[in-house]
Amino acid sequence: MSSYLLRGVRPLGGEPTDLLLADGRISEIGCGLSATGAHVVDADGLIALPGLVDLHTHLREPGREDAETVETGTQAAALGGFTAVHAMANTSPVADTAGVVEQVWRLGQQYGHADVRPVGAVTVGIAGEQLAELGAMADCPAGVRVFSDDGHCVSDAVLMRRALEYVKAFDGVIAQHAQEPRLTEGAQMNEGEMSAVLGLGGWPAVAEEAIIARDCLLAAHVGSRLHVCHVSTAGSVELIRWAKSKGWDVTAEVTPHHLLLTDELVASYDPIYKVNPPLRTAADVEALRAGLADGTIDAVATDHAPHPDEAKDCEWAAAAMGMLGLQTALSVVQQVMVDTGLMSWAEVADRMSTRPARIGRVDGHGRALEVGAPANVTLIDPSASWTVEPHALASKSRNTPYRTMTLPGTVYATFLRGNATVLDGKLA
Amino acid sequence: MKRHLLSAADLSRDDALLILDTAEELARLADRPIKKLPTLRGRTVVNLFYEDSTRTRTSFEAAAKRLSADVINFAAKGSSVSKGESLKDTALTLEAMGADAVVVRHHASGAPHRLANSGWIRGSVVNAGDGTHEHPTQALLDAFTMRRRLGSFDGRRVTIVGDILHSRVARSNVRLLHTLGAQVTLVAPPTLLPVGVATWPCAVSYDLDAELPKSDVVMMLRVQHERMNAAFFPSAREYSRRYGLDGLRFAAMPEHAIVMHPGPMNRGMEIAAEVADSPRSTIVEQVTNGVSVRMAVLYLLLSGSESAIGSTEETS
Ligand SMILES: [Zn+2]
Repeated sequence: MSSYLLRGVRPLGGEPTDLLLADGRISEIGCGLSATGAHVVDADGLIALPGLVDLHTHLREPGREDAETVETGTQAAALGGFTAVHAMANTSPVADTAGVVEQVWRLGQQYGHADVRPVGAVTVGIAGEQLAELGAMADCPAGVRVFSDDGHCVSDAVLMRRALEYVKAFDGVIAQHAQEPRLTEGAQMNEGEMSAVLGLGGWPAVAEEAIIARDCLLAAHVGSRLHVCHVSTAGSVELIRWAKSKGWDVTAEVTPHHLLLTDELVASYDPIYKVNPPLRTAADVEALRAGLADGTIDAVATDHAPHPDEAKDCEWAAAAMGMLGLQTALSVVQQVMVDTGLMSWAEVADRMSTRPARIGRVDGHGRALEVGAPANVTLIDPSASWTVEPHALASKSRNTPYRTMTLPGTVYATFLRGNATVLDGKLA
Repeated sequence: MKRHLLSAADLSRDDALLILDTAEELARLADRPIKKLPTLRGRTVVNLFYEDSTRTRTSFEAAAKRLSADVINFAAKGSSVSKGESLKDTALTLEAMGADAVVVRHHASGAPHRLANSGWIRGSVVNAGDGTHEHPTQALLDAFTMRRRLGSFDGRRVTIVGDILHSRVARSNVRLLHTLGAQVTLVAPPTLLPVGVATWPCAVSYDLDAELPKSDVVMMLRVQHERMNAAFFPSAREYSRRYGLDGLRFAAMPEHAIVMHPGPMNRGMEIAAEVADSPRSTIVEQVTNGVSVRMAVLYLLLSGSESAIGSTEETS
């Protein structure tokens, strides 16, 4: 196993020092380190973060290998600075059995670009009717801890209650896609000023907030852990702040696109901006940023959702929902949170590594950069910038809403247990 | 103005007046023994209709033919469209046929925008009604009809009544009439007004009786019975009682005020037969005027490089 000496690196954006990665761990930290045989990286000006952990990734395999595979998705993850990703369950077949989650987990191990933590479906076929065998998925080698019907809401209150209770036996968490189904029938975009003008079916904020409020109350009632996927409205942030103030075990994530983009982009009718939950207003974006900064929102999660060209090259109503996110997440966070002074790099590490790893119970990830910790490290160059070119991304799909945008910050290297998965901005 | 007519918001006041003035000139043609003009000879206009609308399609077809254009009707039914060909592939086919203009009616809001702005075709795109978004030529023919009956728009009060939420006619009319200087009031049950309507350049009321005596124009919109199944209102009878234009309400309107309806009507639901058939109803006239207005739009969009409608704007 090769070792790496990162010279002059700034851990969490702090004072420059040297970092030695050897035998899969951070073996030494200090100025003027030397190590024979180590690969020396001139890390002057680079920032070291604990390897990023994504709680919400659609890798599409099995079933939609035309859009993404575990291999291409984890390549994109590594290039985006991630060392672990949670693979969502809405594949075909659905990841609702130990067999499917184990297959996805093994594919992740086989390619080795990032650790793949499969998410198990809450209900059989994510149909919202019958609990899937959550315990079997938890006990299998994939060791599932996060369960979600993402793409669909577990809207039945009794089923949600039971799921929240049941996963306590193995320290699991239900990650809810909060979308009241009746309030969002035919919904195409955020309901408000823009939907009124554009004549597109409205997706009201209350459809998300009503479910979050209910689920927080349910989680409190049964003493369970709840994680809220991709919160997108100011009201959701308030509800989560309220639930946390009660001491309830509620966590939440926000996507990079909900931190940057607004529903005004829909005026183009370009489905590249069609996503679930929908892009909201500037006031929502502001509240999400504030919620992430003060820790109400625990994590940034990409909701990386690859789709083939034809799923977007059509009229709005016919298009698929979702956008790429793995390779642009850190840059978007730098632009909207760090460069604006809302968050430090230490806080970025907390929201993109430490807390998501804790929520997902991901061993070995999200650890502090200290001697003895597993060498899951991301090196970024915050002073560089890059222009997003869809064809240049590692993903099999090209549906990025940031195409042609110039974003700050590049990932220079990613180390997974001391092995470089990315070096000099390229797959190692 | 722009190369395409996708929304009434695309039209400046001057653009709109030019279309109406041109339509007036073209309307005089209808009185001549030979109704055809050679203006668009050799140009191809495609009517691409994803929804059945004989009324709108034949109006556009007549307009294009009176300008001597070649007309291709590309209906969703009975073509590859119904077998699921994508909008993009259909557009590429039309481009290969050499379409100079594509008149599109689509059930999806924004489909004409996609046709115009995705680089699939080079021709002009005319929105002939898209989903619950807009129907700009309907608004133009309504404005044309109002001007003929009332003279000018300044300070005129137009009351639009009915299912505003799902109405492309209402959206286009609010935009255009505001541009032209009229004062628009929308009247509907609150369930049939979009969230966000407060930002529109118009007033909103739930009380039809309060608005009628102040109105120069009352435009009744079609209300579909099915809406009551989705709880937008309790029953057709109750809708009719609160928002229908019956004889009594008609009598409350000023003597000069006119009644409009984009058709097709639900007689007895939103409008009583005696009102629809009154001399102050412009419903049949609106159909006639539709041809003149659509001729003006096609003429101004297609007649030569220095299009009389205004400057061209490249779209990418
Ligand atoms: Zn989701």
